[in-house]
Amino acid sequence: MLRISRLVKRYGNGEPVLKDLDLEVPGESVVSIIGASGAGKSTLLRCINRLVEPTSGSIVLNDMELTTLKRDGLRKARRRIGMIFQGFNLVDRLTVMENVQCGRLGYIPYWRAALRRYPAEDIERAFQLMERVGIAHYANKRADELSGGERQRVGVVRALMQDPDILLADEPTASLDPVTSRQIMELLQRLASELHLPVLINIHNVSEAKEFTQRIVGMRFGRIIFDGKPGDLDQDAMDSVYSGTSEDQEAPAAASSTDKVAT
Amino acid sequence: MKESIADRAWSRHTRRQRWGRLAGMLFIAAAAAWSLTTIDIIWPWVWDAPAQIGDLFKRMVPPDVSAISAITWALIETLNIATIATFFAVFLSLPVAYISAQNTTPNRATLWLGRFILVSSRSVNTLIWALLFVAIFGPGVLAGIVAIMFRSLGFLGKLIGEAIEEIDRRPVEALEATGASRAKVILYAIVPQVVPTFFAVSILRWDINLRESTVLGLVGAGGIGVILQGAIDMLDWRTVATILLAIIVLVIAGEALAAWLRKKVI
Amino acid sequence: MSSDSTPAATPRQWRKAPFIANPWLRWGLLIGFVIYAAWAITTLPFDWARISQGMERAARIFGGAFPPNFDRGGLLLKGFLESLQIAILATLLGLALSVPIAFMAARNIAALPVYLLGRILIIVARSFHPVIVAILFVKAVGFGPVAGILTLTIYSIGFVAKMLAERIEEIDWGQVEALRSTGTGSFTVLQFGVLPQIMPRQIGLSIYQLDSNLRASAVVGIVGAGGIGSTLMNAFGRYDYDFALAITLVIIAVILVSEAISGRIRKNLW
Repeated sequence: MLRISRLVKRYGNGEPVLKDLDLEVPGESVVSIIGASGAGKSTLLRCINRLVEPTSGSIVLNDMELTTLKRDGLRKARRRIGMIFQGFNLVDRLTVMENVQCGRLGYIPYWRAALRRYPAEDIERAFQLMERVGIAHYANKRADELSGGERQRVGVVRALMQDPDILLADEPTASLDPVTSRQIMELLQRLASELHLPVLINIHNVSEAKEFTQRIVGMRFGRIIFDGKPGDLDQDAMDSVYSGTSEDQEAPAAASSTDKVAT
Repeated sequence: MKESIADRAWSRHTRRQRWGRLAGMLFIAAAAAWSLTTIDIIWPWVWDAPAQIGDLFKRMVPPDVSAISAITWALIETLNIATIATFFAVFLSLPVAYISAQNTTPNRATLWLGRFILVSSRSVNTLIWALLFVAIFGPGVLAGIVAIMFRSLGFLGKLIGEAIEEIDRRPVEALEATGASRAKVILYAIVPQVVPTFFAVSILRWDINLRESTVLGLVGAGGIGVILQGAIDMLDWRTVATILLAIIVLVIAGEALAAWLRKKVI
Repeated sequence: MSSDSTPAATPRQWRKAPFIANPWLRWGLLIGFVIYAAWAITTLPFDWARISQGMERAARIFGGAFPPNFDRGGLLLKGFLESLQIAILATLLGLALSVPIAFMAARNIAALPVYLLGRILIIVARSFHPVIVAILFVKAVGFGPVAGILTLTIYSIGFVAKMLAERIEEIDWGQVEALRSTGTGSFTVLQFGVLPQIMPRQIGLSIYQLDSNLRASAVVGIVGAGGIGSTLMNAFGRYDYDFALAITLVIIAVILVSEAISGRIRKNLW
């Protein structure tokens, strides 16, 4: 259970990117967050695991307040929050297995990490997860030898290796071709139900959001302006998320991203 | 249609470019003229120089190989100085590179400390470092090794530090998001990205150090330079010729080995 | 979620593939290196008594060096001007000689025997540290700036001719053929087909070399080839550590300034 209340994020002295945002995600649901570039989707996700420091407000994950955690506490909390990135963010020069084991770095002692002597159960689990997503035969390949879709699967397994309580996916399919992109979305949807995980997905592709998730949250200028089932997202709701009345400064960004909705 | 011939005259450069080029050339000519007229040179010596150099060459042939075992030993010592010094310098340079890279340095003070170390190491030539360490430790290989270490530290630290500054930030962010500690993030996200540069730069520096080690002996800091200086002082030109040939062989072999290693490792 | 990972009959193994696959070679290289390092360190004749006095000596040297003494500014300036003169003349002379040697050493321009001669000249010029060349020239033509100029000329050839030869080997051959097809003579072909292509590199190299020669002139002076290095060596020889420190500081400052200037000019040119 994730509960965000009155969350504000402001960079410097500018206009806040997130304005008094409230959101509740109960367990085992796949939620997609849609919105134009600059709406604050990515900032919202990064506030949850504190890659971005929230300015004020509260984020509670399974009864733990995340915004007040200090170094060690934050690290322990981050271990339970898996994240999948738009650019995969793999370490190119390491093998697939090492990349996958990165998800366990928060759990194992330093010497094991340095010598690559991972615990046997971690290796077993890595193989199972890699088999599950179809990349087990690449275990000893270098990450930069894989195709985009395969690399994102490595990213997914890395996040799952953390044994997470929640999965955050920041535009996981934006760097992929349409076919691979659907495969990854399907995978995320199935993993969520198999592993009973809540999943938050930032996504540009609204048709994929409708097809693969049970709940859609529409963001605009740092606020949530739509929250409902995919069926409820009609043309009016789309217009208010993507074009609607504009706050002048962000109008160009909103206009350019309306094109993407059509695809 | 009434263009006169003069209007169509072609010139390669615009007026401005022409003046610029002219000014540049005049500047060079003036610098050369100033240097030639004011430099403290005894011109008859200059006219005599070709004859003197020719004479020196004549006295060098045929090379005298009687001291070959001492020369070989000195070559090995030179190689050892270069290798040991590079080895230690590489390890010392890592923390310096870490604190002098803007994205990894803990704070402003460490950044400036790192930069200060790099600049002072790089601006002082190996031979000047050697002079200092010979004065401190006395003549011998130790002074040479320490001198080369001090000079290499700045070179390695600067290039490795730049490599750290150029890494891809995204894997670092991803590993921070998994809850890994700072030390583990360095180990998994920064080190792999810097390793190729690290090897390339270390090999390059070893090659440079091999050359520099050949001259350390001229200020008393060990290596083949010591017997070169000795032979020159004794005016034993035929042995000098052998030593020079030996140095060429050492340097070329070192360059070949460095090129081979670079291809192997990267 | 670990609850639903069913334990396999035999847990699978994974080890990082070693850097060198062949175990004999891997361990052989490692052991070989350790033995070499141990041996190399033991062969070094350390004079521990002398070293233990080192710190005391270092304290005396640094004590004598502070504060740096700029009283003899005139001597310092004179040494510097001489270094600058040496660097300018050696750069000009070196560049003049580098161009023909670079053409000789470019495989796509020169005939094989000429090419080999050109390469040998470059290799010899590059193999010797300028200090070795300087010490020989000092013996041949005496102490002073002449030896410095000759040394740095050779130093310049080693670098500029090598880089330029590589650039010539990379030129676009189509431009040369186009000129040849108009029936132009070989020198004209060089002038219009080759030179324009290598000119930007040549100018960049020249500025870089002037900067490097200025640095090197401080060093070759140590063995008597004139310039600020000789001034430094004299100060050191007379135990004038405070003056030596002053000279060293000025050398560092000049090198930093000259590096910045040459970097700026090259950035604008390239």
